[in-house]
This record gives sequence, structure tokens and C-alpha cells, in this order.
Amino acid sequence: MEATNATPVKYDMDVVRWFTIAAIIFGVVGTFIGVYVASELAWPFLNFDIPEITFGRLRPLHTNAVIFAFGGNVLFATGYYIVQRTGATKLWSNKLAWFHFWGWQAIIICAVITLPMGMSQGKEYAELPWWVDIMIAVVWLSYGLNYVMTNAIRKTSHMYVSNWFTMGMIVMITYLHVVNSLAIPVDWATSYSIYSGVQDAMIQWWWGHNAVGFYLTGGFLGIMYYFIPKQSGRPVFSYRLSVLHFWTLTFGYVWLGAHHLQYTALPDWTGSLGAAISLAMIIPSWGGAMNGMMTLSGAWDKLRTDYILRFLVTAMAFYAMSTFDGPVMAIKSVNALSHYTDWTVGHVHAGALGWMSMISFGALYHMVKKLWNTEMYSDRLVNVHFWIALIGATTYVVAMWVSGIMQGLMWRDYDEYGTLTYTFVESVSAMHPYYVMRAVGGAIFNLGTWIMLFNVVMTVRQASASRSANPVAARA
Amino acid sequence: MSDHDHIYSTKFQDKVERSTLLMFIMTALTVAVGGIVEIVPLFYLPNTAMCQNDPTCNGTSHKDLQGNAIPMDKIVWNPATSAHKTMEDWMPGDGVRPYKPLELAGREVYIREGCFLCHSQMIRPFRDEKDRYGHYSIAEESMYDHTYQWGSKRTGPDLARVGGKYSDEWHRKHLKYPRDVVPESVMPNFFFLEKAPVDVTKTVKTMEVMTKMPFNPVPKTIYSAEYIAAAPEALKGKTELDAVIAFLQSLGNEVKFEEGVNYRD
Repeated sequence: MEATNATPVKYDMDVVRWFTIAAIIFGVVGTFIGVYVASELAWPFLNFDIPEITFGRLRPLHTNAVIFAFGGNVLFATGYYIVQRTGATKLWSNKLAWFHFWGWQAIIICAVITLPMGMSQGKEYAELPWWVDIMIAVVWLSYGLNYVMTNAIRKTSHMYVSNWFTMGMIVMITYLHVVNSLAIPVDWATSYSIYSGVQDAMIQWWWGHNAVGFYLTGGFLGIMYYFIPKQSGRPVFSYRLSVLHFWTLTFGYVWLGAHHLQYTALPDWTGSLGAAISLAMIIPSWGGAMNGMMTLSGAWDKLRTDYILRFLVTAMAFYAMSTFDGPVMAIKSVNALSHYTDWTVGHVHAGALGWMSMISFGALYHMVKKLWNTEMYSDRLVNVHFWIALIGATTYVVAMWVSGIMQGLMWRDYDEYGTLTYTFVESVSAMHPYYVMRAVGGAIFNLGTWIMLFNVVMTVRQASASRSANPVAARA
Repeated sequence: MSDHDHIYSTKFQDKVERSTLLMFIMTALTVAVGGIVEIVPLFYLPNTAMCQNDPTCNGTSHKDLQGNAIPMDKIVWNPATSAHKTMEDWMPGDGVRPYKPLELAGREVYIREGCFLCHSQMIRPFRDEKDRYGHYSIAEESMYDHTYQWGSKRTGPDLARVGGKYSDEWHRKHLKYPRDVVPESVMPNFFFLEKAPVDVTKTVKTMEVMTKMPFNPVPKTIYSAEYIAAAPEALKGKTELDAVIAFLQSLGNEVKFEEGVNYRD
């Protein structure tokens, strides 16, 4: 994986450290806002009659914070880390990476200001106003250029599999962001999509599902392929499986967006095509999940002592589960029940909390130790974080699965006289206990991120202290 | 032979892995296919409500039980052929029309407040949805919805056909303090909309923008210069609450659906 050069390569790791810290902070912030919006659905008084914090304005802030602030910073930290170490090279441009860092944080600040003000384009996960979209495009391209060029100047013969996934993500997100965000501005706050109705819906979900497929899955699979082998000290289980995983996922994921629009006014063929490919996607997804899990064969005993590895392996279990749940929900007859319900929310969070966050936490802990050249302040707290995250994620997901299915069944239930059994609002009040359970699950998960933040801060302080006490040893 | 020269997969895969440029190109091509196949046809096929400068909407033809085609100007309002020539004369059932100025202002508030995050505007062709919300939605009904509002979640009920179901007064009470009307509701209180006057400049600009859209623009025969010029008068003294209510009341009664017609083929 890493070239064995005679002289050790000097990497540009400062920017990686900053991305790492930013990721950990936004993990806390993003999930905290999530807990708050979840609580607003359980106890509506929490809207406090303040327009800026009503559910409709705060929910996009939650999704943007976890996807772009937390997820983004994780991807950039790990991406720059992996590309340097697998290519045995510095970054192509350290300056551009810093531009990327500050540009991305500026975008996040813009989101924190504009979304509560109600500046929304009305597209899920693409709510940010048009001028922030332009900022995103510029910063994203600076990242893409730097990433591709760093690959190009690598000292190793082959590009490592993680870098394929990250490159796939960079290309696809560029397509998606540009095409989906095309809009005509009315003023600074408002703009309208150039597409309407059916076309806009399909383009939105082509974006929406591939933000999941490439950003939250492809990019994080890059993390999986580097950090699981590194942390377990075992080579990737199967190189050929990783080739298959990459190309099938890259080709196939793009088609799935249409399954969000089954039985709508979108022509049936498009939704059915999306559903068919969705089912086929079980094969690459499970192939990839097995590839990650089986990397541990011969090293399973490490799970007893290595808490970071627990995060990484649990993430693969959730990845396998979500990529089974997803295709099942894409089956038309299942989708007829699940669409519009909280089952979808449960599915998303099985992926977001169980897969994406868990693999991130594992990778971040691994990197913190390497980047600051130290041990964790407390390994026990890593273990505590692991169990808290697992309990929180499971509580959340179970609440939403159960209630989502209940909701769908209540809506379609008929009594013996052939009339609808339940009014809509009866389904709303039936949701209450589950909304409470979901908020509790989210709060538990959020607690874990605070523990991580504390542990990392203490670790960094400890490392700096020992470095100033013993500068020679720290440099080694 | 060193390990780095050994090919573990195919020759081509090995070549791709060694070349950053080739990997970039191969990836860029691979990820483009699905989107092209699923999206591009939607701009050309019938039944996608792509109606610009084409009264047949790409040859869309809904047929009744006898197999007779329903004229498209019964689905999409065409002032040239309709008995009702102006936006003021337009009657429910005349076909899909663009939004009136106050409705458009309300739609802006609807998007701003994130209503689409909890309310869908897309009824599916199921018995329970018909009983609960009405006739399933068809593509033409959202053809003027730049930034579509189908939604993905029903934390609250679907609103595609909420127009005319409740009185303005009910909406006023319900939007301001939902739990005064529906105790189990989890919707935030939108009382503050009553204090905010409609943004006239923004609404007028929005109308102009809607006529400039590259896909399904509002025809300039409908949003004529005079019609846009008259908009400030129509918006005078109105609050954002009035606007949202006007928008909600406009939803879903535009097309007169005939029994037995399959509008989905």
C-alpha cells in the first residue's frame, strides 16, 4: 500500500489535522440539531414561536450540517490523508488544500446563517441559496483538482482502491451539483429551478440518491478500504472483489434515484427501472460489505481489545443492513407502503448513524493517533463512545422502522364498511411515543459525539504537552 | 518480475489503475450513463408534461373508455381555445394554469418555511389515497411548478388537492395556531405570517422569472406585460398569511377528471 522509500516522505498533514478537528466538532453540532428537530416533532412547543428555529427551517440545517459539515470534513480529512500515504507523496498543492479548508468552513457558516432565515431553494439536501451553490462549486472543484493532481504525482505504480472511490465521488458530485442546482435567481434569498414538475423531480432524486450513493457511500467506502486494513493489520480480503465493487457501484448507483418517485406522475418505466437496478445493487453492496468484514479473517480476536476496530466492523454490519433495507424498499409493492412514511427516515439513519458515522468515528480515532503521534487520552472512553453510539443508533432506527410501517398500515386500513379506518391525525398521534423514542435515541447518539470531542481534545493537549517536554522524541 | 508488474485482474483494469487520467475518464463516463438514460427522455417523451410551445405536450394523449383522445387543452388551460380567456375568468376544471400573483407569493412562503418537508403534493393511484385525498396527481398539474413540490414525507397530510376543502377562515386559524383546531397536530405555529406584508417586488420579479424559464415557462400570453403590471394592485394590503391561504386554495382543482380515463399511460 505504502511505498517503502529510503527517505521518509514529508506529508502535508496540517490541513488534515484541521479537517479532522472540524469534523469532530460538526459531528457534535449536526447531531445536536438533529436531536432538537426530532424533539420538535415529539413536543411541538419546542418551536417556541421563533420563526428561525421552526422545524421547517431547522431540518435543512440538520441535514446540511451532518452531510456537508460533518460528512464533508470527514471525507476531506481522510481523503487528503489517504491520497498522500497511498501515493507516498505530498499534496499537489498545500495552499489549494487550505483554500479548500477555509472555503468549506465559510460555506458552512453561510448555511448556518441563511437556512434559519428561510433562504431555501425548496429541494431536499440542496436547499442552500444559489450563491452558496456557486461557492460550493468553486471549492469543490479546487478539491477535485488537488485530489486528481496529487494522484497524478504519486510515487506508487497503482492508484489504491480508496482513491478510485474518492475520485468517483468527486466526478459524480460535480455532475449532480451543477445540473440539480441550475436555477434563475429572483434576489439574494430566492431562486427557482429551471426545471419543473416531472423533470425537476427526477433530477432532484438523481441528485438526492447519489448524494447518498457517492458522497455518503462511495467516499466512505474509500475510508473503509484504507482504514479497516490499517487498523486490523490485514490486507484487503479480495482485490478482485474490490474491482467488482467499485465498477458495479459506480455504474449502478446512478440509476437508483427513480425509486423515490414510484407511483408518482413520473412515467412508470423510469420508476421500475430504478427499482430493478436497486435490487441488483444488493450484489455489489454486499460484496463490498463482505470484503470489508472478511478483511478481519484471522484477526477477529482483535475486536476484544481494539475499540477503534469495533467501530469499523460495526459500520460494515450497518452498511450491509442498509443496503438490504434499501433495495427491499425499492420494490414497488413495498414502496407503496413505505413511501412518505418514517420508514424512509429510519432507513436513512441506519445508513447515516450506523454506517457513515461509525466508519467515520473509527477512521477519525485512527487518524488522531497517527496525526498527533500519540495514544488516545482514554481508550476506555473510545469503548464507551462505541456502545453509546450503537445503542443510540439502534434505538433511533428501530423506533422509525416500527412506526413507519405502522403509519403506512394505518393510512391504508379499511374497516368492515369499506371506509378508511383512521383519520390522518390519528396516525399523527399514534406516532408520538415513537417520536419520543427517536429523540431519545438521537440524544444518546449525540452524547457519544461529546465524549469523542472531549477525548480528542484531551489527546491533542496531551500530545502537545509531551511534544514541548520532549521535542526530539516527538519529531521521530 | 516484481510484484508491481504482476497483473491481478485484467490488462485493461491494470492500465486504468496505473493512469490517473484514464481512471478519471473511465469514472466520468461510467457515472454518466444512468442519469442520461433516465433523465434525458423525460424531456422528449409524452406524459411528462413537457409542453413548451407545443399544445400536445410532446404528443401526450389521455384516452377515455371508448378510446377517444381527450383534447390536451382540457388538461392544460389554453386561453386561445378555452371559453375563459383571462386568469380572472379561469374556472376550476378549465385546466392547469400558472399561479396568480398572490398564490405565487404564497408559494414562496411555502418553500421558505419548508412546508414541503412534511407535506407532499403528489397523490398516488391507490384506493386509500383516492378516498383520503382525491384523484391521483398527473404530470401536467405540476408543469408550472418550478422547483417541484411533490415532497417525500407525510408527517402531515398530502396537500395536492387541499384547495376548496376548508374555508379560508379555517386555514387562517389552523396556520396561526394549528393545535387550536387540531389538538394532535405537531405543526409549528405560523402566526407570524399574519404580521408580514407580502413582498410585492419579489413577487413581480418572480413572475418575470417564470416567463424566462428554459423549460415550461409561463407563456407570455398569460403572464403578459399588463398582467404583471397589475400584480402590485392585486397584492396590495395582503399579508403572507393571505398569500399562503390563496396558494393552498389553488391546489388541485384545475383539471376536471373524467371517470374511467387512465391519465397515467
